[in-house]
Amino acid sequence: MTVVETYPTLAEAARAIGSDAAYMGGGTVMMREVNAGEAPARLVRTNDPALAQIRAAGDAISLGAGVTMSAILADSGLDFLHPVARQIGSPQVRNMGTVGGNIFSPHPYGDFAVALLALDARVTMAAGGARPIEELLRGRDHSPGLVASIDVPRPAPGAFGFKKVSRVKPKGVSVITIAALVNRTGGRVQNARIAWGGMGPGPVRGAAAERALQGQMIDDAMLDRLARTAAEGLDPPTDPLASSWYRREVAGVHLARLLRSMEGR
Amino acid sequence: MAKMPVTLTLNGMERAGFADPGQNLLEFLRRGLGDLSPKYGCGQGTCGACTVTIDGETQLACLVLAETTEGRTVGTAAGLANGAELDPLQTAFMDHFAAQCGYCTPGMLVSARALLDRNPKPTREDIIEAISGNLCRCTGYEPIIEAILAVSEGRTGP
Amino acid sequence: MNARTGGFEFRKELFADERDDDLNEIGKRIRRQDIEGHVTGRSPFYDDHLFDGLLHMRCVRSPHHHARIGRIDTAEAERMPGVVRILTGKDVPQNLNTLLSLLDFGLDDEPVLSVDKAAYKGEPVAAVIAQTEAQARAAVKAVRVDWQPLPHVLDPEEALKPGAPTVCETYPGNAFVYHGKYDHQKLRYGDVEAALRQADHIVEGRYQMSPIEQAPIETCGAISAPEQNGRWVCYTGTQALFFSLGTASKVLNLPSSRMHFIGGTVGGGFGGKVDSIHEPLSILGAMLTGRPCKSQWDREEEMQVGAPRGAERWYITDGVMNDGRIVARKFTGYFDGGAYTRLTSYAVIKGVGHLPGPYTIPNVYADAYCVYTNRTPATAMRGFGITGVDFAIEAHMDKVAETVGMNPIELRILNAYRDGDMKAHRREAKNCAFIECCQVVAEKAGVTISPEARAASSKTGGGGERARLPAFTATDEHGRVEGFESGSYARKGGAPAAPGIPAELTPDRPSPPTLPTARPVETPPTPAPAPTTPDQEKPAARTPQRRSGAVRFSSISGFRRR
Ligand SMILES: Cc1cc2nc3c(=O)[nH]c(=O)nc-3n(C[C@H](O)[C@H](O)[C@H](O)COP(=O)(O)OP(=O)(O)OC[C@H]3O[C@@H](n4cnc5c(N)ncnc54)[C@H](O)[C@@H]3O)c2cc1C
Ligand code: FES
Ligand code: FES
Repeated sequence: MTVVETYPTLAEAARAIGSDAAYMGGGTVMMREVNAGEAPARLVRTNDPALAQIRAAGDAISLGAGVTMSAILADSGLDFLHPVARQIGSPQVRNMGTVGGNIFSPHPYGDFAVALLALDARVTMAAGGARPIEELLRGRDHSPGLVASIDVPRPAPGAFGFKKVSRVKPKGVSVITIAALVNRTGGRVQNARIAWGGMGPGPVRGAAAERALQGQMIDDAMLDRLARTAAEGLDPPTDPLASSWYRREVAGVHLARLLRSMEGR
Repeated sequence: MAKMPVTLTLNGMERAGFADPGQNLLEFLRRGLGDLSPKYGCGQGTCGACTVTIDGETQLACLVLAETTEGRTVGTAAGLANGAELDPLQTAFMDHFAAQCGYCTPGMLVSARALLDRNPKPTREDIIEAISGNLCRCTGYEPIIEAILAVSEGRTGP
Repeated sequence: MNARTGGFEFRKELFADERDDDLNEIGKRIRRQDIEGHVTGRSPFYDDHLFDGLLHMRCVRSPHHHARIGRIDTAEAERMPGVVRILTGKDVPQNLNTLLSLLDFGLDDEPVLSVDKAAYKGEPVAAVIAQTEAQARAAVKAVRVDWQPLPHVLDPEEALKPGAPTVCETYPGNAFVYHGKYDHQKLRYGDVEAALRQADHIVEGRYQMSPIEQAPIETCGAISAPEQNGRWVCYTGTQALFFSLGTASKVLNLPSSRMHFIGGTVGGGFGGKVDSIHEPLSILGAMLTGRPCKSQWDREEEMQVGAPRGAERWYITDGVMNDGRIVARKFTGYFDGGAYTRLTSYAVIKGVGHLPGPYTIPNVYADAYCVYTNRTPATAMRGFGITGVDFAIEAHMDKVAETVGMNPIELRILNAYRDGDMKAHRREAKNCAFIECCQVVAEKAGVTISPEARAASSKTGGGGERARLPAFTATDEHGRVEGFESGSYARKGGAPAAPGIPAELTPDRPSPPTLPTARPVETPPTPAPAPTTPDQEKPAARTPQRRSGAVRFSSISGFRRR
């Protein structure tokens, strides 16, 4: 049977977690396990008000790990994240689900984390220290510790795009999720960051797509080429929503559409 | 198994009970406090039949730990009517045949009420978005959308 | 009706002379009588009844599609906190039943809690009763079952091939037995083979439909509790209160007068709430513990073990003339019943009665099989038996239209049945309205149809020649099986046998075992209806448990064996 421990600060919660406990944020994923009798014996949570804070200093934005999707939608300064937050779950889920929890939500969830990966967010851990979200996502299945906050650099206007492909609208879960940060110098793409959801075990970078974009002008011929090669090197899962084959087949098409819409084409 | 005392405000009244460790708010409201209006449909956050408000925002009672609602304000469909006087949404749901089996209805009404409280003049799209977390298997969503629109436009009767 | 809300349009000009148009309710807006309860959250669904000391029941389920059950070890689970009792098959008084036995249709084939083997993934083999749901869940995980996986079959056509694993020992050939004679339901009307030879075109098609879960928002369940005077009250979400009462009475071996069923407020059913699984289980739980007991599926169980509309596969061959007239139609249909009969046997009868769809075709042939596979048993769902084959027929009509180069709506009007026509099930068609529907569809879809098609009417052009039965109907004996008694639909010509004969013991397929003639088995004495302590109130176990081929549940006199 699951016992719940609530601590006043995140630091205390972090110290209380041992191998028999899990952390609970908004609970939208964790409570399912509790209800199914599959949660660990101890659940650790906190009422730490710092966790729900949103701070902005110029273009550096810091989101507490306990910030909900609804809180993001209510903050007009975070408009670039609104298309992402709005597509997560239902209104009820957005009122409950947090940014921190999204980073650890298993496939087919984690849409917000896909956006954070493309935006090159940095994660501050409860135990101190910051690291790129990419690194955290890679090790997320091996108890990396608790996340305190996430620093998200505000993208240049028009440089960030997000697309979630789902079968049911609104509220369908992701078949494929794509986030793209496309910066340019002199019209040519420089160091684009493409992140995929639904194309691997969790959010992953799209190395093939990033290579294909590097130094390119975005035009129709380029996008057609990209559509064909974007899924190279990716190993998407087969699940009740779509087969691996289908995902690989359509991923590039959706990426090209996203980039096209970002170009206003 | 130590139970947790929980005191909260339910539909305007202070209520108290004991929650089992790990018990969700849905079970606590239903079995602990006897408010049977929120329903169990999935226990996974998917169906919305358990929708309640917590401090004014809609949440899924099946995904909330009962003990975390200590001191908070909870609203359910049972609290929509003011005594014998029904909420206009309840009347509109009756007039527009917006409930067939009625199982999704309490959750649907809580979502609809929260929408109109926040946004008294929603568009059709706003309504669709607002009830997207509430599944209905029988009625079809059209009559439900119509009923909510009718209230927002001040129309009464069928 | 208000176009804004209902989207209905009444076409009262159609068949105006056949109606007085003096209906009081139809076409008028009324409130449902139960809707105030729905909008106030006061409608009493089965789970909306509070009982002090309510116990929760959850089942231990097969993780395999098909497996023999070795030992079921409940010792550890029984010691877990909150566990009150664990039931297995031996606790169920009549642990073999088929739903339609109440209508004297089919053989008992399905245990309430399986004893020898599980024939589908999720089949229950034990039921844990505990003080909380969480405790019941935890204890379910602690029950050790020694599973010995068996080969399984998931496709109905594979299941009918020689050498396929036997899914359900009651029907060793993996097909329900119709009329005590055939492994399929036959329809023979005219001479299809001869007509096919004379047709200008042969159009063939293969169609299939996946299983569909009814997915009511309220999951299936029931709560039962000791009442007074030796009765048990049962609050249930069943769609078929008396059917569930009858089933509970049979499997618990308890007269229905000792059960008080309360239902009627159903959180969506769509056919998925007729299977009467939770009522007997929860009553049994209440009997054996003396306390209120709830059996309820969670969402995952509803999806995994809740019986869906079964899958169907249909092969259709049409003989068509150049002008679009269909002169012959031949069907072979496979209904995937899953591991046990439930209502699929009946779905097949209903489906075949519906053939060849709303068309007048002089030569029709159908073989439709109710097949057992190692899938979740199938049951009712909105129009079951009809929906799948209608999809096949209408898809096929389009294919025919394409073959003869005709507008598909005109093809339908040309072949539509009309008042007075003889149908393949040998009843005259009356009150036909299919042509008129086609005409309205064409109008709404903006499809231009010929003046003749537009002028056609269901009321004219039928009967006469078209009312006559075929002069010759070709019959055959293929699919004949032995060992089943022909007096009833599928009574086995044998004595009751112990439930769950191990697969090795079954004789070579396809012929089912020949067993001695059925002997009526006496109904055991009814326990005295005096209030008793829970321990004394053990449902009378009938040993050995028997196929009830000859025993009929008798507390609903209307369903007594004639
Ligand atoms: C009906 C429904 C629909 C959904 N739809 C979507 C969707 O469309 N897109 C989507 O992305 N997600 C979706 N989700 C999943 C989920 O709601 C979101 O991912 C949400 O952001 C998870 O946050 P949470 O706070 O509720 O997580 P929790 O359930 O609290 O936690 C989830 C995991 O994250 C860990 N965790 C939480 N916070 C931290 C932290 N600060 N540090 C370290 N670990 C932490 C927990 O230990 C746990 O392993 C859906 C969920 C439901 C129930
Ligand atoms: S029961 Fe809570 S969302 Fe379904
Ligand atoms: S009215 Fe039945 S689920 Fe909505």
